Amino acid sequence: MSGIRLADVTAGYGGAPVVRGVDAAAAPGEWLALIGPNGAGKSTLLKVAAGLVPSEGRVSIDGVAIDTMSRRRLSRTVAYVPQIPVIPPGTTVSDYVLLGRNPHIGYWRTESHEDLEVARTEIARLDLAGLADRPIESLSGGERQRAVLARALTQRPAVLLLDEPTTGLDLGHQQQFLESVDELRARLGICVIAAVHDLTLGALYADRLVMLAAGRIVAAGAPREVLTAERVRRVYGADVAMLRDEAGRPIVVPQRNGGQPTKVSTSDPTK
Amino acid sequence: MTDVVVVARARRRPSTALILTAVLLGGAALALGVGPAGVPVRGVVLELLDALPFVNVESGLGERQAAVLWQLRLPRVVLGAIVGGALAIAGGAYQGVFRNPLADPYLLGVAAGAGLGATLAIIGGVASTSPVLPLAAFGGGAVAVVVTYALARLGGSVRTTATLILAGVAVASFFTAAQTFAQQLASDTVREVFAWILGRLTTAGWAEVRLVTPFVLVAMLVLIAHRRHLDVLAVGETEASALGLEVSRVRFWIVLSATLAAAAAVSVAGLIGFVGIVVPHSVRLLAGSSYRAILPLSLLGGAAFLLFADVVARTVLAPSELPIGVVTAFVGAPFFAVILARAGTAR
Repeated sequence: MSGIRLADVTAGYGGAPVVRGVDAAAAPGEWLALIGPNGAGKSTLLKVAAGLVPSEGRVSIDGVAIDTMSRRRLSRTVAYVPQIPVIPPGTTVSDYVLLGRNPHIGYWRTESHEDLEVARTEIARLDLAGLADRPIESLSGGERQRAVLARALTQRPAVLLLDEPTTGLDLGHQQQFLESVDELRARLGICVIAAVHDLTLGALYADRLVMLAAGRIVAAGAPREVLTAERVRRVYGADVAMLRDEAGRPIVVPQRNGGQPTKVSTSDPTK
Repeated sequence: MTDVVVVARARRRPSTALILTAVLLGGAALALGVGPAGVPVRGVVLELLDALPFVNVESGLGERQAAVLWQLRLPRVVLGAIVGGALAIAGGAYQGVFRNPLADPYLLGVAAGAGLGATLAIIGGVASTSPVLPLAAFGGGAVAVVVTYALARLGGSVRTTATLILAGVAVASFFTAAQTFAQQLASDTVREVFAWILGRLTTAGWAEVRLVTPFVLVAMLVLIAHRRHLDVLAVGETEASALGLEVSRVRFWIVLSATLAAAAAVSVAGLIGFVGIVVPHSVRLLAGSSYRAILPLSLLGGAAFLLFADVVARTVLAPSELPIGVVTAFVGAPFFAVILARAGTAR
């Protein structure tokens, strides 16, 4: 079975488990979005998939259990982008992207010509060529996120794990970033698992959603099945209306007082 | 674009390496020429050239001048260069592995731990030229760095600049007190220990050079072999691990080697502070923040820095000599303050 598969995963950080009995899978070229309120276990589940947090249960990639792989081999297969990447000051964009080759370079060796070539390709692909010599901390939020993605792609992974990758980006940059990821997913056949907060964007890009609450899966499937106003209200404690776009994809709209007029509001577009 | 990537990496290093090599050679020539017995620098250079195979020149130095050069000044200069290089590369490596700009053999308590180890060895009857001495110093230094690290973790984070340094101060104080105590108990060796503690290269001879070279050489090779790993580690433990780095293995070898280098330096030269702060940070300013540049260039820069410090130590109060640790502290403490202020504003 190709792609990544998580079976009955339970994990935590020493105390009570943060993730309990989760099953999930993503095929090559598939985009799976993890949704759920803060503390639901999305980040932990991604770290488990990246082999960064030990778990009970089984995580396998193309049928091979990750705990039988060396750290280097696993990192040649899975790339992980944390919610807030550490930005090492003074590092140029090209050197930063080149870090992604680490799992391909022998312990006592340095980068080969091929490694530089791969980094170059990804720098060009993400339109960073003009910024290659700039220190990474001088980049804007959107550029920085592209550099992080370039680093992840330089690992040449089969699975790309993104932890709320659009945090801190404006709407335009969020869309541009998600479009780049989607294009890569389609072109390279990478399977993408992303934790997302914006349910509408998640529904727009992901093939399937997995909704977590308190470490357990509460719903999984196509966005239109998972996202119902009633479920979002219950799981998030949020007051929302659920609209549909022309293709039937859900659009989550926040509202107040169940959509009834309030004293504060002067005009109510839902009426 | 490949070229751009490669060039970006290599551009500034050869020039910095050349400059530092020139400074090092200049410092060596100066250190060889300066002293109570006048030996002209030209004579020094010619005498050294004459010693090379296939080179035959007349230095014009008298027998006594030649003896001063070969038996007193040269071993001192060589030892100073080795000690300076070892302390600086250890400092650079600690800063990388702990991701803390103020990590340094002195401030982490490694030097104090090595001091205690060496003192106990001397009291125990180990000769000051025995290879047991650097090993004893290494034992003490290793205990100190482990305790400092553990304390800093208890206090929150190793990467919080202040926490690690506070832990280092506590460990250094404790080990220094233990050392003083041990030294007073064994009053018959007090003179020997005391001379050593002050951090001087005064007694340096070829025996010390032979003693310390293998340890520093091994540590240096291991550290330089890990220069790429230190760059990966700069993105933090979690991301480095996600990039395929076996973080604990890498950290083990780097801390071990840096401690070995620092302890070997301490075991022959006593406690010389701040070299591990001043040099790697100066190198950073010149050649960027990649450890591929910082580690080898710190080796060169540390050697040069200590030679100049030694010249100052020997000349300011001539004919009496200032402990070299005093000179490095005069330069290093203000430097430390600047780094601290910058680390404060960076957060």
